[in-house]
Amino acid sequence: MTAPTPPWALLAELTHACPLRCAYCSNPVELTRRSQELTAGQWADIFRQAAQLGVLHTHLSGGEPLLRQDLEQITRSAADAGLYTQLVTSGVGLSAERLDALVDAGLHSVQLSVQHADARRSDELAGHPAFNAKRQAAALVKERNLPLGINVVLHRHNLDALDALMELAVAWEADRIELANTQFYGWGLLNRAALMPSREQLAAAGQQVEGWRKRLDGTLEITWVIPDYFSGTPKPCMGGWGAVSLTVTPDGTTLPCPAAATLPGLDAPNAIDGSLRWIWEESPAFNAYRGTDWMPDPCRSCERRTEDFGGCRCQAFALTGDAARTDPACSLSSDHAALIDLTRPGTPPPLIPRRPAAAGRLRARTALQVP
Amino acid sequence: MPDTSTWRPRLPPAARLRHDQVRNTDVLLLPERVIVLHGSGRAVLDLADGTRTVDEIIAALAPDPVPDTIRDDVTSFLNKLHTEGGLR
Repeated sequence: MTAPTPPWALLAELTHACPLRCAYCSNPVELTRRSQELTAGQWADIFRQAAQLGVLHTHLSGGEPLLRQDLEQITRSAADAGLYTQLVTSGVGLSAERLDALVDAGLHSVQLSVQHADARRSDELAGHPAFNAKRQAAALVKERNLPLGINVVLHRHNLDALDALMELAVAWEADRIELANTQFYGWGLLNRAALMPSREQLAAAGQQVEGWRKRLDGTLEITWVIPDYFSGTPKPCMGGWGAVSLTVTPDGTTLPCPAAATLPGLDAPNAIDGSLRWIWEESPAFNAYRGTDWMPDPCRSCERRTEDFGGCRCQAFALTGDAARTDPACSLSSDHAALIDLTRPGTPPPLIPRRPAAAGRLRARTALQVP
Repeated sequence: MPDTSTWRPRLPPAARLRHDQVRNTDVLLLPERVIVLHGSGRAVLDLADGTRTVDEIIAALAPDPVPDTIRDDVTSFLNKLHTEGGLR
């Protein structure tokens, strides 16, 4: 077996703790406790190994990474390892002093989440009075001449605000905005029915995005992520299993994608126990769905197999119980009709806000009703 | 697309130029993006510091008189990078 090509990016989930309670959160329903989190020294070792392996970017994420009191130390170790560092934050806790310390530690860019363009609606969706902190955080980032990305997870409750969200991004002088329709993992999967947009909402928002693209002519970079439940083609999840990036979760569990902890029998390696190189190149978990050999029909003979890699393994498992099945988001999947049924209009249930240690009481039926 | 007669290309503050030892290539790092630099891409960007026009960058790299192919290649490289947010 030839060694796989090196990874480009490392998603560092520094903590699962977060002041926000977004119902669309892709963190697992069973959140890692703070007492199990890696130390700053362990992260420094991971960043050094990642850089030697070929990683160029790291996203310092969570949860809310600002809840780590040692975030400055962690950031410095990533920058010292030669990695390009991006803070992925809600903005809550990003004071001028904190940001100055992070910039001094080598922080390169900031991605800020926004839940809605309207302050009251944004705070409702976040389950926390966070909007003012976000606005202030954006201003602090721009004052320091750092690139600012705004990330909005879109769903039934904010898709209609797309124009206002774009106006916000312009007013806050964002360099880019990611308009990402909810991917249904973790808490987002639990809340799927409550978050599912209508086809009409999506079509209208898509047209608005096109209008903004023309109007802004590249001065603000727009990424529009359509939801795979509606597109008929699976997303090229993570650019392929073990192909582009790796995720290290708060306790060191190392995964090909942030949602992969849900896959039974994956036997996910931990970065404390094994070298990152062994994990990337040789661990059974990273090789389980790498390449095309594992593929079932109709993927194995599909001409798109090297473009979308059969879609998402975690979604295939969540919806069919079998991670090696074709992603039901694919129109060629025998499970596709059952997936389409989930997108039909109905009365949405209330949102369940994310919170720690609630998993046991929140078992919801998220699998497809496959005959 | 910028007016190439007056444009003095420079990297945005967020950009980092560096050598990737693992892949043995030069790269331009931006938020969420890596641009792999082939051929004389690195040499061109080392000159794109906001003080030189496109013509001056080309003149510093190419023989005199400048072959049309080099002028076209460098100009389209700089324009493409500008479109992708890698130059100002």
